[in-house]
Amino acid sequence: MSIKPATASTAPSTHDGRHVDTLATVHQDAERELPALPPDPVMEAHGLNVFYGDFHAVHDVNLSFGRNEITALIGPSGCGKSTVLRCLNRMNDLVTGARVEGEVTYHGQNIYARGVDPIAVRTHIGMVFQKPNPFPKSIYDNIAYGPRVTGMKVDSMDDLVEEALRGAALWDEVKDKLKQSAYGLSGGQQQRLCIARTIATRPDVILMDEPCSALDPIATSRIEDLMMELRSDYTIIIVTHNMQQAARVSDRTAFFTARPDETTGNRTGLLVEFDQTTRIFANPSDKRTEDYISGRFG
Amino acid sequence: MSVASTAASAAQSSVQANLKGRSRDKNPKSILFLAALWFSLFFGVVVLLALILDTAIAGAPRLDGELFTNYESRINRDETGFRAGILGSVWLMVTTAILAIPLGIGAAVHLEEFADSRTWYNRLVEVNLQNLAAVPSIIYGMLAVAIMGLLGFTYKGIVLGGAIALALLILPVVIITTREAIRAVPEEIRQGSLALGATVWQTTWRNTLPSAVPGIATGTILGLSRAIGEAAPLIILGLAVVREDPAGLLDKVVALPIQIFQLSSESHEEYQIAASAAIIVLLAMILGMNALAIFIRNKFQRSW
Repeated sequence: MSIKPATASTAPSTHDGRHVDTLATVHQDAERELPALPPDPVMEAHGLNVFYGDFHAVHDVNLSFGRNEITALIGPSGCGKSTVLRCLNRMNDLVTGARVEGEVTYHGQNIYARGVDPIAVRTHIGMVFQKPNPFPKSIYDNIAYGPRVTGMKVDSMDDLVEEALRGAALWDEVKDKLKQSAYGLSGGQQQRLCIARTIATRPDVILMDEPCSALDPIATSRIEDLMMELRSDYTIIIVTHNMQQAARVSDRTAFFTARPDETTGNRTGLLVEFDQTTRIFANPSDKRTEDYISGRFG
Repeated sequence: MSVASTAASAAQSSVQANLKGRSRDKNPKSILFLAALWFSLFFGVVVLLALILDTAIAGAPRLDGELFTNYESRINRDETGFRAGILGSVWLMVTTAILAIPLGIGAAVHLEEFADSRTWYNRLVEVNLQNLAAVPSIIYGMLAVAIMGLLGFTYKGIVLGGAIALALLILPVVIITTREAIRAVPEEIRQGSLALGATVWQTTWRNTLPSAVPGIATGTILGLSRAIGEAAPLIILGLAVVREDPAGLLDKVVALPIQIFQLSSESHEEYQIAASAAIIVLLAMILGMNALAIFIRNKFQRSW
């Protein structure tokens, strides 16, 4: 029973301490009409297996990520949700000994196929990390970095920087100090800078790996608002430990869990359930999901 | 309430009884041990200070302008100077830096950012680097003699020869400190760059290396300040006293430590005094370089 909803004090609590109903109502736009499955998936994972050396980290994941939707990956620690996320833009290539089996498609094209350049993949599928990681450069140069390294054709870098910063709801706070170091910003501003830096390269998909776990609640709420705004232009996939966050921002939720191997005890992550967020939190079809959502485990 | 307070006061009195007595930190054994530590510290510091002070007093009469402007003189022994040695050392340092810094940084970048540290040959390189840093400097002198021989130089006591010897000498130090500086740049920075579609090369060149510059500069300067005090590898190369300023890489050159070494083995007292004064000059140069390294480290050090 370690997980309590943020709204516990105001929400009606049921006799057995379950708060799945509360969580369902937290969703900001629960009335948003969603088809049962993403009709036009931007990215799909088919039979995705990940190994680190001999260690089977993720087992047979099938997912599809719809255009202009926010998909949340949730689950207990070590369930492989971050690993799955890092497979989606081939960041796992950088881990020595990592091996990926199965398919990850981006607009139908397998990004693990022969002849695919991982660097090209990453320009289309951007990533925001757990800890804000601005470069030790000026705010301006942080934004301009991506377009510069990828050789993007840019008419006016100043305009692009402004557009990216406006897109990340940071422009008004930093427009007078663009030449100052990004390290002078607060944690939440730094994270929004990292989002601005990512959208400056005009990606299609933005991956977010627990983007708010290092931030205070106010900064978290600003990032969440930003995600809702960005949804109209981007496909967003977010890993989060915070179930309220998943319930608040996401359209679809994938619940992962870890299954210990009988002989070695190594925990392999697997996908339990993938559905609309409202259904996952209100009426999960799998017992393990319900246990996790209701705080009985994890 | 009263029961509690009585119990508390009883506990208090018994605690007070336990607090009395001489501190056990001040028993004879502890004091003896502390004294031994102090002695060790003072032995090092006092001997060093005494040496410097003795040298400074001995050399004081010659700490004048002529020490810097005159060449070594056999006739006017009380006006002999170290112009050739000081200029020669500066030439050697600059050339050494030009040779050692790009090579050292290149090797370190490869080992840290590109090489697969699991392969046996890279591990071999790694172990050897640590050992090379501890190889006696005279060995590097002999190596430089061989290189100069291969390059076809018969007289090896030139700027290029000395710089090759000193560059080889400090190369392991430069590589090791550069690797440490590169390793101190957090992995998140590299990942952030790679996730934007940068190549490993762009990430290294635009992010990792600029962030590591203070550490690299500090390590390089400390390496150079070791090189400036070296005489052995240069003597092997045959650097000898000259009475002219070096003007190019192929000019004959002498380094300050060699001049000091040769003068201090002369029997004339004027030379002894001049050598003492030159030692103070050399010490000042080394301290100056070390101070610069500390300044750079403190001024530009980044906390992530």
